[in-house]
Parts: sequence; structure tokens; C-alpha cells
Amino acid sequence: MSWYNPSDIGFAVRSKLADLGLGARLFLRLVLRGASSLKRFGLVRDQIHFLGNYSLAIIAVSGLFVGFVLGLQGYYTLQRYGSSEALGLLVALSLVRELGPVVAALLFAGRAGTSLTAEIGLMKAGEQLSAMEMMAVDPVQRILAPRFWAGVITMPLLAAVFSAVGVLGGYVVGVLMLGVDAGAFWGQMQNGVDVWRDVGNGVVKSFVFGLTVTFVALLEGYESLPTPEGVSRATTRTVVVASLAVLGLDFLLTAMMFSI
Amino acid sequence: MQRSNKDIWVGLFVLIGAAALLFLALQSANLLSLNFQRTYQVTARFDNIGGLKPQTAVKSAGVVVGRVDSITFDDKNFQASVTLALQSRYSFPKDSSLKILTSGLLGEQYIGIEAGAEEKNLQAGDVITATQSAVVLENLIGQFLYSKAAEGGSPPANANKK
Repeated sequence: MSWYNPSDIGFAVRSKLADLGLGARLFLRLVLRGASSLKRFGLVRDQIHFLGNYSLAIIAVSGLFVGFVLGLQGYYTLQRYGSSEALGLLVALSLVRELGPVVAALLFAGRAGTSLTAEIGLMKAGEQLSAMEMMAVDPVQRILAPRFWAGVITMPLLAAVFSAVGVLGGYVVGVLMLGVDAGAFWGQMQNGVDVWRDVGNGVVKSFVFGLTVTFVALLEGYESLPTPEGVSRATTRTVVVASLAVLGLDFLLTAMMFSI
Repeated sequence: MQRSNKDIWVGLFVLIGAAALLFLALQSANLLSLNFQRTYQVTARFDNIGGLKPQTAVKSAGVVVGRVDSITFDDKNFQASVTLALQSRYSFPKDSSLKILTSGLLGEQYIGIEAGAEEKNLQAGDVITATQSAVVLENLIGQFLYSKAAEGGSPPANANKK
């Protein structure tokens, strides 16, 4: 009733702090000790198959349509200023720098993050994780770490596929349908896009997003209440928290990378 | 190590991702034209470089022969000192001159290098002082207004005499 009751506020703050600390501890465990799970690559491979191969279709199709739309909108705007040759540059830069990593990460959170959370939440609800602990098997190493590393490996590849397919989509709309000169389209693009500054930073971004989305999904699953409502709430929170984190981090990373 | 059917699919996925990265690097960025050719560095002094940036092209007769390496301000003679990395396979006479030009009306700026007549060629570390600065639109308008005012200043003076 009285939300401003000091003891309530203190409790809320403490529980939030405890959540943060728990998350940080889990992150450290995943990064430091989880790296040894890369030696048992079979587990990671299965997860790459699950996270990557099954996300490929949605990523590729979304990338194609984003490229189409960028081609159309960019053409209509650039044409007013008589510089529709710069369409290739516009499409490639916006995809490689921003849209590729961000939209791929948002799709990845929706497509793969939710299933990670639900899977681990249900494992927890079914007391499978406790059973593993009883057998002296560390569930963080056996269950969480392979999924974490699989997500980190998968995300940059998916973002690259998204950007590449998007550039092809822009080519289809701009050159094949609207009649921008193909030489100018590719030439302006190659002049303006730098390998390390643009493509490289895009890969760094998607790597960070992969880390974020997979970690949020795992944390929400691992900390979910072991009930049907708890798992459903954790799945929702995964999408919300991961999307917000991706968009916020994107701003920070952009400000750091392209400041000069 | 045991092989499973998933290996093939995961391998295919990684291959597609690598191909996408390669496509981005080669087709939409400039990895191939990123010259791994050897270059030699020459410094040029400009009074005003306008909107010149590092990595700007240096062109001779319209062909890219090098890039701008770095731009610094020299507070001894208050000029910009621009370091150019010219490709080793091209050599230019020692008295070549540089101009800052603009491609098209609104295009980006580049440095044009015009060959001189000297027998000796530019060496690494040479300084070029025969340069022409970037055209600054404000100065141009200022000069135009000034000359207009000088022309048009006399008729009112005559009218006063009447």
C-alpha cells in the first residue's frame, strides 16, 4: 500500500543490488571458467546448430526486406538532390554500421533468446539443474556455458549475413528495378565504406550484442521462478531487457566508435 | 572425435557467415584497393586545406596515385603540413605542384598533383612548397563583392558633382 515505506524501499534496492551482483558473478563464471567448455566442442556445436542454423532463415529474409526498403526510401530521397548514385553508399553504410548488428540482435533475442530462457527455466522448474548439482556436475559449465559461447560465436555471423543480404536487396531494388547505374552503385560504396572502420566496427558491435543477448537470456532463465508463470515472465523479460540493452549499448558503441 | 550430421550443417552455417563477411569486405568495402603496395612519403605545405581529410585520394591526371596520410598544423610558419603517401611505382619530378581540387560542385575534395619539368624525382621525405590552397567560398564571395564595390563606387561620386 505505502510504496514509500522506508523498509520496502530498502528491500527493493537490496534485492536489485543482489540481482546485479548475481548477474555479474554468473557472467564472470561464464567467461572465465566457461571457456573450458570450448574444449568439449560437441556441446557448443549442437547449440550453434540450434541457435544459428534455425535463425538463418528469419535473418536472411528480414535482411532482404530491410535492404529493399532502404533501396526504395534512399532512392526517393537522394533523387531529389540528384545524387541517386550515392544509393549504394547509403544502403551499405546504414546496414554495416547500424541496422545489420542491431536488427539482427533484436531478431536473435526474439528467435533464439526466448527459447534459451524457456529451455533453462523449464529445466530449473523440472529440477534438472538441481539433479545435476547433486551429481556434482556444474550446470553452469554443462548447460549454460555451451549456450553462451554458441550465442557469442553465432551473432557476428548472423549480423554479417543480414548486412550482406541487405546490400544485395538494395542492389536488386536500386539497380535492377529503379535503374541506378550499377558501376556507380558499387563504386561509391567501395569508396565510402572502410573495411576496418565500418565493417570491422560492425563486427565488434554484433559481438558485443551477441554477448549481451545470450547472457540476458541465460540469466533470466537461470533466475526464473520454477513455476509456469515464472518461466513465461522470464521469457518476456528476456525480450524486453535484451532489446533495451541492445539499443542502449548501440548508442554507446556508436558514440565511441564513430566519434571522430 | 565422433562426427555427426550436425557437423555438416554447422559447417555450412559458419561458411555462409564467413562468405557474408568476405562479401562485405571485398564487394562493399575497399579491402582489395586498400593498397598493400609500397609507398613513399612526401610532405606538402598548404596555406589552407579546406575540408581535406586523411585517406583522401591524391590524383594525377585523374588517376589515384596515393593517399593523404596525416594532416598536422605547423605553428612555425602557420601552415598546414600534409603528409602524402604516394605509390612507389609512380615517380614525379621534384618541382611538381599540388592543388586542392573538388570533384564536381558538391563532391569531396582531393589533391591533384601536376608534374613539373625537373630531371630529379621526388624522394621520400621531400617537402613540396609549390601548392595551391583549397578554394574557400567565403573568400571568393568577399573578393567578388570587393571588386564590385570598387567598380560601382564611382557613379554616385559623379552624381554628387552634378
